[in-house]
Amino acid sequence: MSAAEQREFRVIAPGQTIGSITDAISDIVLEEATPFGWWIGFGISVALFLVLVAALSWLFVAGIGVWGIQNPVAWGFAIANYVWWIGLASGGTIISALFFLTRSEWRTATNRIAESMMLFCAAAAGIMPIIHLGRWWYFYWLFPYPNAMGTWPQFRSPLHWDFVALLAYVVASILFWYIGLIPDLATLRDRARGRRARLGYAVAALGWRGSSRQWRHFRATYLVFAGLMAPLVCSVHSIVGLDFAGGLWPGWHSTQFPPYFVFGAVLSGFALVLILVILLRHAYGLQAIITMRHVDVLAKLTLTCTLLIAYAYLIEAFMPFYSGNAYERTVALADFAGRYAWAYWGKITLNVVVAQLLWVPAIRRNQLALIAIAAGIIVGMWLERMLIVIGSLYRGFLPANWIPFVPTVWDWLTLIGSIGLFLTGFFLFLRFIPIVTMFELRELVLRKEGASR
Amino acid sequence: MSRTGLYGIVAEFADADRLTAAARRLREAGVAGVEAYTPYPVAELDALLDPRPSPVPAIILGAGLLGAAAGFLLQYLGMKFGYPLNIGGRPLDSWPAYIPSTYEIAVLTAIVVGFGAFATATRLSVIYEPVMDAPGFERASQDRFLLCVEAAAPGFDRGRLEALLASAMPSRIAEVPR
Repeated sequence: MSAAEQREFRVIAPGQTIGSITDAISDIVLEEATPFGWWIGFGISVALFLVLVAALSWLFVAGIGVWGIQNPVAWGFAIANYVWWIGLASGGTIISALFFLTRSEWRTATNRIAESMMLFCAAAAGIMPIIHLGRWWYFYWLFPYPNAMGTWPQFRSPLHWDFVALLAYVVASILFWYIGLIPDLATLRDRARGRRARLGYAVAALGWRGSSRQWRHFRATYLVFAGLMAPLVCSVHSIVGLDFAGGLWPGWHSTQFPPYFVFGAVLSGFALVLILVILLRHAYGLQAIITMRHVDVLAKLTLTCTLLIAYAYLIEAFMPFYSGNAYERTVALADFAGRYAWAYWGKITLNVVVAQLLWVPAIRRNQLALIAIAAGIIVGMWLERMLIVIGSLYRGFLPANWIPFVPTVWDWLTLIGSIGLFLTGFFLFLRFIPIVTMFELRELVLRKEGASR
Repeated sequence: MSRTGLYGIVAEFADADRLTAAARRLREAGVAGVEAYTPYPVAELDALLDPRPSPVPAIILGAGLLGAAAGFLLQYLGMKFGYPLNIGGRPLDSWPAYIPSTYEIAVLTAIVVGFGAFATATRLSVIYEPVMDAPGFERASQDRFLLCVEAAAPGFDRGRLEALLASAMPSRIAEVPR
């Protein structure tokens, strides 16, 4: 590596001070005019979000018959979307929690982006099972509350585990995100010049003063929260895998499902963080803070996950034939050459084959190529989720029930609209919240500058 | 609100090393009522100002265990007695099936209670404190390091204190009105 490249691959560019990074990050929110590109992006996001509103309104009026689902393919796009979105979210949690515990320096500049992405992915995921219920207004029956019918939820069902896991994940994610945000909100409160902005950030910062007593509790609490979040995210996606593995259906009843789902989730999550990090460092001119080192690390992590998922795909293709189970074989053969074979080979190509380009250092430095590969992975992961749900259900035990699933326009609009929900939330985050964790970055700057002094 | 009287004396430093040195000096001189305000956690200060470990992790552990016990009991009682449902002849108290939810409930309780304990210990939601009126306090969340000594603390001696602080080379010493 040349000297110039070494500089580029530092975890933070030289010459930064704790004052300069505070200015750079908080001015994005407080001082600089909202970039024109933000308005375009936000406009498109809101338009897509309105598509979701329209799709759900019609769904609520007409019922879930507007989707392409029937028996036996009763889980259509909604459940595939759910698994896909919750998977995208988990990559953000892994970056912010697991790599906090490992004290990875590159995590500092990217964790706020990753956590905020996780939050809005979880929101998009959370609506899917509820709208899929059909009689969605009864969703509170999932809670064990005293009721006149004398019934209880079925706690032994993986579907109920999933409800509890999602609830825990969403609440814990919000609190973990918020606690890490409080010191930065206090910075914004102290820098804001408008009365309304100052009042808003003062309330949001809950009177954070940065006293040594507060920092002492903060450090202890944040460490324990990170330690709780890292295994939590693995458990959540394992339980999503058990939704399927707990059924006896061919193609689903497999012990590898929990890790298989976690691998896929983390792969898609890293890919999305990679795209967002590359776009944001250019959109906001943060190349000195989010350096090529961050891009490189994320690309390598994505590559690692493609190998993990490749192993899971190998087992998935091997076990039906090793087991000698005719029903399992039927599903596998339908995957390879049936109606949805394009999705099967699509997921292999996008998630495993193309992504091997990341071995090449020149590709990892080419940000356009990285965006293309990561976008391919995100699409590939959606194909995988769709195939797991539909590819198995339409090749069940009874050939008389081999009815293919044909998505309707409302299926597609719900998927597209959920992307609008994510983007709308994410654009609002970019506008109102510092996109890089300032207080952690101050520590990092002093450590790095102190070392070079 | 009356604005007479003195809340304390605040000294501002340009970096954490000077602040830590000043805190050490005050500690050696036995000054009470010292609090530092810094833009990022300075680990060395804990030993000088308040070496007790934070109680929050222990509270989180307790809440998690309590949540686990309550969550398990809820499922066990509900499935065994509340709504016994025979599914394929499986026993009603098949406890392994309760474990995933027990774990999730434990983490949920731990994090919610942990956040509450953190907010209580750090006195969050107290939006205003007199020290926030100190000149230049807004820089303490950005790039300056403040040390504040409360006038109400026992043995407060302003002249001696200012001499002590001045020897640590602060960029400013100021009064905080009450």
